[in-house]
Amino acid sequence: MTLRLGLPSKGRLMEKTFDWFGDRGLALSRTGSDREYAAAADADGVQVVLLSASEVPRELAAGRIHLGVTGSDLVREGLADWTTQADDLAGLGFGFADLVIAVPKGWVDVETLDDLDAAAAAFRAAHGFRLRIATKYHRLVREFLREAGVADYQLVDSQGATEGTVKNETAEAVADITSTGETLRANHLKLLSDGLIHRSQATLFRSRGARWGDAEKAALVGMAGRLGIGLPDHF
Amino acid sequence: MTTKADIRTEAARLFARFQAEGAVPVEADILQPADTLLDLYGEDIRARAYVTRDPLRGERMLRPDFTVPVVQMHMDSGAEPARYTYMGEVFRKQEEVSERASEYLQVGYEVFDRANPVAADAEVFALFADVLAPLGLRAATGDLGVILAAVRALSTTERRKAALLRHVWRPRRFRALLDRFGGGAPARHAGLLAAVTRDGADAVIDAAGPAIGLRSRTDIAARLTALQEDAATPPIPEAEVAALEDILTLRDTSPAALERLRDTAVDLPAIAPSVDRIEARLDALAARGIDVETLDFEASYGRTTLEYYDGFVFGFYAEARPDLPPVATGGRYDALTSVLGQGRSIPAVGGVIRPGLVAALAEGAR
Repeated sequence: MTLRLGLPSKGRLMEKTFDWFGDRGLALSRTGSDREYAAAADADGVQVVLLSASEVPRELAAGRIHLGVTGSDLVREGLADWTTQADDLAGLGFGFADLVIAVPKGWVDVETLDDLDAAAAAFRAAHGFRLRIATKYHRLVREFLREAGVADYQLVDSQGATEGTVKNETAEAVADITSTGETLRANHLKLLSDGLIHRSQATLFRSRGARWGDAEKAALVGMAGRLGIGLPDHF
Repeated sequence: MTTKADIRTEAARLFARFQAEGAVPVEADILQPADTLLDLYGEDIRARAYVTRDPLRGERMLRPDFTVPVVQMHMDSGAEPARYTYMGEVFRKQEEVSERASEYLQVGYEVFDRANPVAADAEVFALFADVLAPLGLRAATGDLGVILAAVRALSTTERRKAALLRHVWRPRRFRALLDRFGGGAPARHAGLLAAVTRDGADAVIDAAGPAIGLRSRTDIAARLTALQEDAATPPIPEAEVAALEDILTLRDTSPAALERLRDTAVDLPAIAPSVDRIEARLDALAARGIDVETLDFEASYGRTTLEYYDGFVFGFYAEARPDLPPVATGGRYDALTSVLGQGRSIPAVGGVIRPGLVAALAEGAR
C-alpha cells in the first residue's frame, strides 16, 4: 500500500510545488520523458500522481489520492462542506490570489456590501430583474453574500474574461480571482472595501475519505516530520 | 425501521383525512420552471433546490415545495373559497453533511378564503394539532404580521421602512439596519456626500470613471439622492426602537405574550390591529378546543425560514428528538398570492406534514 500524493501537472504551480517539497528535504523529480506525466518522491511508500490542479479537489473527495496540492479556492468551491472531506495541512506560501467582489468605478455610491445590497434592491425595482454578478465561484460567492445578508442579486456563470462582462452588459458586477487588481482596474472596476471572499494560496490538503491503512498513516507521519508540518488531532 | 411503504401508508392516511375535511386533492409537476422560484427566493434557492437543465425549456428545479405551484394553480384557475390538499415528494439539496433527508414526502392542506382569515388560521392549526395529537408534539406559534406592522409604524422615512421590511427575514442585516437607523452606527459616505453637495452628482460620477454596464447614471444619481436624504433623516426615536426590540425578542405563553403586546402598543399604536388579530385568533383556537393558555408564542418565529410567510406561523416539534426537523410547519402567505397572482391576491394559509417523521415517531412510541 502506498500513499498517493496528487500534484499539479504543469506550469509554475508544479515547479513551485516541487521546490517547496525540495526546500524541505523531500526531493521530487520528473521521471520518464519531458512530456510524460510522471514523477517520483524521495520517500518510502509515497507515489506521486500528476494531475490538473482543478481535478485535485474531486480526487481528494473521492479518496483516490491521500494528499493533494491545489488552490484553497478550488477546494472550497468544489467541495460542499469541505472541512468534512479534507484537512488543510499547510499553506505553501505561493499561488496567492484573492476572490473579490468588484463593481464599476463609476458606482461612487457603492463602497461596501451594505451599499451593494441597497443598490441591488433599487436596481431590481428599476430594471425588473435581479442585479447580476458574473463569476465561476458560485458556491463561495453565494455563501459569502448570504452570510452578509445581501439580497436581490443573481449569479451568472462566467468561465473566463469575467472582468469584461460588465462592459458587455451581461452582468452588473463581478466576483473573480485577482492577484494585483490590474485586470480589474483596466476594466474600470473597483473592489468593495469588505468584498474579500477568500484569500487563496496553493495548499497541501489531506483527503479524509481516502483509505488510511497503517502503511499510509506511517508514510504521512514520516512525510510530515520531514516537511515540518503538523497533523490534525483527528488523524 | 420505518420503510418507504410505511411512510406512504401514513401519507395516504393524512391525505384521506384532509380530503375528508373537504379539501380538493391537487397535483403539481415535479419539474418546476426555475425562473419563478429564483425570482421569488433569490440565489439562495440554488443551494437548497436541485437545479437541472431541460434541453429545450431551460433551467428547471425539482419541486422544493408545493406551495408555489399550488398558489399558481389557484391564481390561474381556482374558484373561491378553496381548500386543497396534496401528497408527494419534495427535494431539498443538503449543502452540509447531515442526517437530513434530501427527498421526502409532504402532505399539505391549504386554505384560500377571504371571509375570515383568523378563522382560517385557527382551522388549519386545529386540524394539524388534531391529526398530530397522538405524537405529543410541542407546538410553536408566531405572527410575522406584528413585526411587519411595527416596522411600518416607525416614525421614519418610507425608504428606511422599506429597507427594514425587505430584511425582516435576514435577522443579522435587519439588526445592522436598525442600529444604523436608530443612530447607533457611524454616518456613512460623509466625504462623498460633501463632494456631491459641492460639485453636483454628475461631476462626482464623471470623475470616478467611465459609465459601463446597465446600472445607469440615473440609477447612481438616484441612490446619491437617497443617501443625502437619509443623512438628513433624524434617528428613529429610542422608545420606538426599544418597542420593536421588545417585539423581536418576545417569547412567552400566548396569553402573556398578548398582554405584553398590548403594553407595547402604547408606544406603537399602529400595531394594535395586528394584536387584535392575535386575540381573535386565540379565541378562535380556544373555540376549536386548543389549550391556548399554554400555547407558545414567539414573535420572531418563522423569520429564518423561507421568506413567504407574513402572518400567523406555526410548527410542531418532537421535543425528545431535537435532531429531527419539525414534523409539520405552516403559516399565512397573503403576499405570495399577490406576487404570483399578477395583480390579484387572496388571503391564504396552509401547512405541510412530513409523514416520514410521523411514521418514525409513531413507531418509536410503540
